[in-house]
Amino acid sequence: MNSNAASSSTANPDAAGSPDPPAPRRSSKRPKYSKFTQQELPACKPILTPKWVILTFLVVGIAFVPIGITSLLASRDVVEIVDRYETDCIPVANRTDKVAFIQSNASKTCTRQITVTKHMKRPVYVYYQLDNFYQNHRRYVKSRNDEQLKKRSKTSETSQCEPEDTTPDGKPIVPCGLIAWSLFNDTYTFSRNKRQLTVNKNGIAWKSDRDHKFGKEVFPSNFQNGTLIGGAHLDESIPLSKQEDLIVWMRTAALPTFRKLYGKIEVDLEENDIIDVILENNYNTYSFSGKKKLVLSTTSWLGGKNDFLGIAYLTVGGLCFFLALSFTIVYLVKPRRLGDPSYLSWNRNPGGH
Amino acid sequence: MTRGRIRAKLRRSQLYTFACLRPHVNETEGSVQGCPRVIYCNQPHMHKKRPLKYCTNYISTTKYNFFSYFPKALFEQFNRVANIYFLIAALLSVTPLSPFSPVSMLLPLAIVVGVSMAKEALEDWRRFMQDKEVNARKVSVHVGNGVFSYKPWEKIQVGDIVKVEKDQFFPADLLFLSSSYEDGICYVETMNLDGETNLKVKRAMEATSPLNEDEAFKEFTGTVKCENPNPSLYTFVGNIEYDRELYAIDPSQILLRDSKLRNTAHVYGSVIFTGHDSKVMQNATTSPSKRSGIEKKMDKIIFILFAILVLISLISSIGFAVKINYQTPQWWYLKPKETDVYFNPVKPLVPGLAHLVTALILYGYLIPISLYVSIEIVKFLQAIFINQDISMYDDESGIPAQARTSNLNEELGQVDTILSDKTGTLTCNQMDFLKCSVAGTAYGVSPSEVELAAAKQMAIDLEEQNREIANAKHKNSGSEIELETVITSNDGNDFKRRIKGFNFEDSRLMDGNWLKEPNVDTLLLFFRILAICHTAIPELNEETGNLTYEAESPDEAAFLVAAREFGFEFYRRTQSSVFIRERYPPKGQPVEREFKILNLLDFTSKRKRMSVIVRDEDGQILLLCKGADSIIFDRLSKNGRMYEEATTKHLNEYGEAGLRTLALAYKQLDESEYSAWNSEFQKAKSSIGADREATLEHVSDMMEKDLILVGATAVEDKLQKGVPQCIDKLAQAGLKIWVLTGDKMETAINIGFACSLLRQGMKQICITALNSDSVGKAAKEAVKDNILMQITNASQMIKLERDPHAAYALIIEGKTLAYALEDDMKHHFLGLAVECASVICCRVSPKQKALVTRLVKEGTGKTTLAIGDGANDVGMIQEADIGIGISGVEGMQAVMASDFSIAQFRFLERLLVVHGHWCYKRIAQMVIIKDFPT
Repeated sequence: MNSNAASSSTANPDAAGSPDPPAPRRSSKRPKYSKFTQQELPACKPILTPKWVILTFLVVGIAFVPIGITSLLASRDVVEIVDRYETDCIPVANRTDKVAFIQSNASKTCTRQITVTKHMKRPVYVYYQLDNFYQNHRRYVKSRNDEQLKKRSKTSETSQCEPEDTTPDGKPIVPCGLIAWSLFNDTYTFSRNKRQLTVNKNGIAWKSDRDHKFGKEVFPSNFQNGTLIGGAHLDESIPLSKQEDLIVWMRTAALPTFRKLYGKIEVDLEENDIIDVILENNYNTYSFSGKKKLVLSTTSWLGGKNDFLGIAYLTVGGLCFFLALSFTIVYLVKPRRLGDPSYLSWNRNPGGH
Repeated sequence: MTRGRIRAKLRRSQLYTFACLRPHVNETEGSVQGCPRVIYCNQPHMHKKRPLKYCTNYISTTKYNFFSYFPKALFEQFNRVANIYFLIAALLSVTPLSPFSPVSMLLPLAIVVGVSMAKEALEDWRRFMQDKEVNARKVSVHVGNGVFSYKPWEKIQVGDIVKVEKDQFFPADLLFLSSSYEDGICYVETMNLDGETNLKVKRAMEATSPLNEDEAFKEFTGTVKCENPNPSLYTFVGNIEYDRELYAIDPSQILLRDSKLRNTAHVYGSVIFTGHDSKVMQNATTSPSKRSGIEKKMDKIIFILFAILVLISLISSIGFAVKINYQTPQWWYLKPKETDVYFNPVKPLVPGLAHLVTALILYGYLIPISLYVSIEIVKFLQAIFINQDISMYDDESGIPAQARTSNLNEELGQVDTILSDKTGTLTCNQMDFLKCSVAGTAYGVSPSEVELAAAKQMAIDLEEQNREIANAKHKNSGSEIELETVITSNDGNDFKRRIKGFNFEDSRLMDGNWLKEPNVDTLLLFFRILAICHTAIPELNEETGNLTYEAESPDEAAFLVAAREFGFEFYRRTQSSVFIRERYPPKGQPVEREFKILNLLDFTSKRKRMSVIVRDEDGQILLLCKGADSIIFDRLSKNGRMYEEATTKHLNEYGEAGLRTLALAYKQLDESEYSAWNSEFQKAKSSIGADREATLEHVSDMMEKDLILVGATAVEDKLQKGVPQCIDKLAQAGLKIWVLTGDKMETAINIGFACSLLRQGMKQICITALNSDSVGKAAKEAVKDNILMQITNASQMIKLERDPHAAYALIIEGKTLAYALEDDMKHHFLGLAVECASVICCRVSPKQKALVTRLVKEGTGKTTLAIGDGANDVGMIQEADIGIGISGVEGMQAVMASDFSIAQFRFLERLLVVHGHWCYKRIAQMVIIKDFPT
């Protein structure tokens, strides 16, 4: 301060008293002007005026309702036949102890008849559907080794595969882990009017899985050799990338009820056709009382039969219409001046602030 | 030694009576208890070894050093609960319990901690550089054989003799030995310690003051025994053994580090406390950290989120355990027979607990760690915006606004009550001598700002009226012309070259014309009182040959400037005399007169007056007194009340015009009367003990009576630029403004009107205490009851008010406030104050300012903002939710304690209304958007 006082009094000869001079200009401290630092950059911000809001709702409604209707129609076009068989395929005598039956060596062949309710355009997809099967359990989901599945050199890589990693004498299991071990092993053969319907099992797995996740040179070894047999056996001469059932199975489902693709029937099925299915009912879902279902289904451009998307679109579209309508009514019946300060909280009840 | 005696004679006259000179404590009190520190002056080599080795003068205000930075800063970081949580989560994520890879946990944590630590490091680096600069300052130190040479501050040791030159800072706490003045006084500016700009007088011990040459320190030795280092600035206990005699040291002989030597060529001192032992370093406190409302709310939300997280995890792990126990034994595909820690159907508790940990980590995303990082960054940028705002840059002082903490940016938009200091904040603390009343005649025609504002308001009203009239008829030319004249005369005033502190305009007194006035004698006396009755020191500006005055208060400086302009130039002060150059224009030649100052009874806030007793060149003894009008009027003699009526009338007028007033009076003494009183006064002065002050006051009281009134002065306290407009805008924005001032009620009300805090239509509620001097308990109760009654009456009145637009202003005085702030009454008071649009508290102490702030903050639960510029506002600034310091004239104390600093009050508008609004909105939106995904 003192230096200021001295310098100022030169500029101001009669200055006296308190040291409050106009200080020498220190322009270095003056903030530099730029549109950014002064927060003067152009900006725009929508103001939600009634017209805008109503218009937006209307547009959304107009767009959504037709989409909803189309997707609903598409979903309705899909023909789906579901046949639940896990109880029916147990002989009546054994139904008191299904687990014992399924674990026995008795013949588990079973025939089912399916009536086609509606014309089914090819390809007809064949799925199996399991219920109450927790493929998403942490212990289960982690129990695999992707390195081992991919590369031959990593055959002995079985970490994370516990408790299905090695045989008791220490040889690595390929493919290791609980997922592979519990591979689904029911089989289906279809015939129409005594004529076999071929089920095409090629290309049922994801292409990326086949090409990149399961190696062409990795062959199953020591698989299902233990005392406890989980599910299907694998042909040790076929590389994993060709074992499409395994690949499909190992893409674990997120929910306890899931469908997995079994194969494709490459012919049209006519209405009232009767399909005979001979199935090997091997897979044990009985100990955890899971259901097994066989599903035949066509697809539309939207995929399988699912009404949800269409209903969701219709609901949102309808809601938007409703809101647009009610806002219009409110706007017409009781209009409000835009930006009226008397609606501000501190103006609404004077003095009460 | 003979020379010393002569000087001792000179020294007997004392400039200050009450504050500075305490009689030396009984000198045999040598071995004072609690003086464990021994210092051998001029023998610094004695302090190189253990028991006497004291800390060096190297100071370091940094938090960390090179080695301790990492562990210490890390520790600081993990003191925050959120960070600890994230650390634990990150550590757990390394274990197999974790549902995902550890990188996803560790990386954000590392960024958060890293950014904050880098910020700490940067701040610490700045402090380090500042310390380095201070430590490297040079001071001249005695190196032996009477030779002084320059050394950096950090090399100074206890016991060194240092020579400090004019306008230098003291490098350590020094024992004042001698100065360039023969009688061993020096002037010290303590702005860095207490924010006061006025000079303080320090005096050396009589025994050592002859040592005022370099050579004298060749053989000098002394032994100081004193107290241990402590933070009390105004006390010192110790003694010095010099020449085989023991002298007590009192606080006025201690020169404190960070104060500045002024008006003295050089001083010699012996170093007593160095470095961190010095009082100012012991006083260093960090301001309390404040947190914004949003942050507090966010903490609450995060706590709720955490509770939800725990709940979810608990539910999920219980479900997990139950399911493991009852269902999974049947799930053959999981191989339930082969168990491990995470899966064991037989003992579900163990995997249940393991799952709890897993779930806590898995759902840990509920707690948004990235939010902390984002908020830090956004606030940092907002602080830059505030610092860079060109419209908050003061061109005059060259100071931009500064956000000293970025924590509180958004809180600026939430302010409900502003508590403002007056002096230096609303006003400039620059006094202009504007009017005076001498011998019952009012002089001075220039209007005050308040009058100008009123005139302007009237002009506007007039204009409106005009328009109405014009609409009705055609034109009313008469009032137009009148209006124009008003405006042009104002403009003329602005263009006139101004003398600082003097805005007086009256041809009757200027240019020596006062000699033609009828009351020449009284006028002469009036001017002499202005020129003599003060404690200021003239300072010659060598370049221009003009005098500037270093005064305790700006009022005094204004008086001296006024006296100079009237032809009574005060140009020199010695210990015993005041020299005045009197100029009577007809003769042209200035006459130099010497007035011997016999006694000086200085100003205290309690006495509210000061007097000097002088002997003029004719040998006549005069008592000259100036003080608050009420005090002076009480002390007038019967024949001294000649002008009382007229003066009172003028005083009231000045008060209405928003001016500060003082009354001037004198009294003639005869020799015998004086000497009788003086002996009593000297006795009182040299007495010891607690009642010394009281005795002194009593003796002074005896003298300051039967005065003869001379006149009154009116000084304008200038408003800062743009204050009324700013207050107006803030009031429109719905903010409440309280003014807390040390001024008296009338002045405060005047300033209130001047800065549009009070408006004409407002109803004023004044709450004052009954004037009862009795100290009895019953009396106190009565006063209290009376105040309570006033408060309840006023509240009742407001409640019954029908008109929704009625505005009230509450004006309360410090004495009353003391009662109103007591526990049982404060809520009534607050209740009333909240109902009022403006509140003015006058005559409040710094402590009361802080108390009022706390009352508002805690009572209303709303955000308070305190703004002030002086050391007396520090309490208030620290107490409020947001403290704003005005980086103006009164030192840096307030700025150092504040969260934001601005150069002018008017920038508050932009800071609150623009920046506060934006910051709040932006932070709030960001928190919402960031919280949404979780």
